[in-house]
Amino acid sequence: MEADAVLDCMGLYCPMPIIETTDKIKELEVGQVLEVIADDKGIVTDMPAWCESTGHEFLGIEEKDGEYRVYVRKKIEQ
Amino acid sequence: MAEKEKVTIVVFSGELDKALASFNIATTAAGMGMDVTMFFTFWGLNVIKKNRGPLKSKGLMRKMLNWMNRGGSQRLPLSKFHMFGLGTWMMKKLMGEERMLSLEDSIAMAKRLGVKFIACTNSIGVMGLGEDAFIPEVDGFAGAATFLGEARKGTVNLFV
Repeated sequence: MEADAVLDCMGLYCPMPIIETTDKIKELEVGQVLEVIADDKGIVTDMPAWCESTGHEFLGIEEKDGEYRVYVRKKIEQ
Repeated sequence: MAEKEKVTIVVFSGELDKALASFNIATTAAGMGMDVTMFFTFWGLNVIKKNRGPLKSKGLMRKMLNWMNRGGSQRLPLSKFHMFGLGTWMMKKLMGEERMLSLEDSIAMAKRLGVKFIACTNSIGVMGLGEDAFIPEVDGFAGAATFLGEARKGTVNLFV
C-alpha cells in the first residue's frame, strides 16, 4: 500500500506506538495515509480501536516476520 | 466529532507499578482523543510529590509520617519484589533496556497530552503538607465532590 508518511515504531511497546501515531497524524493532510511500522503485537487490535475512537480510517495491517505495517487514513483535522 | 469522552482515574496507590499502569492508560486515553483527569489521593500523592528538597509539615507525628512516607516519583517502590530497592532498581533497568517510558517521562507525556492532575485536599490536610510539596504539573487541589462531578460524566472511571 502507498503511504504519504511513515512512522517507525520498531522496538516500542504499548502505548508508545499509539502516542506517536497521535502526534504524527497531525502532520498529515486530511485524506493522506500514514504507515506505522511496529513489532509490538498489541498494535493489531490497538490501532483499530484508536481509529474508532478518534474518527480516522483504519485501512489494514500487513504482517511479515513479526513486523507489522499498519495503514491509517486521516479523516478529520483535530 | 461529538463532545469528548471523559476518563477519570483515581490514583490511590503510591507504588511504581501501579503508577505506571495508571499513566499508561491516561496517556493512551488522551491519545485517543479523550478528556482525562487523574485524581491523586492518599498514598497516590507520593506519585506527584517533588523529588527534591525537604517537605515541610507541622507536628512530630506528621514529620515522622512524611519522613517515612517521603514519596516522589523517583522513590516509589514496586508493589511486589521491591526487596529493599534492589527489585525496583532491576525493574527500572529492564524497562530502560526495553525503551519503556520511565514514570517521570510518563508524567511529562501525560501533561503534554493534556491530562489534568488533581491532588486531594483531604489527604494533604491529614498529612499536613502544603501545596509546595507537589510538582508544578498539578493543575488543582480539590475534594471528592470534584472527582464525582467529573466521574458522573465519565465513560471510563478507574480506581488504582
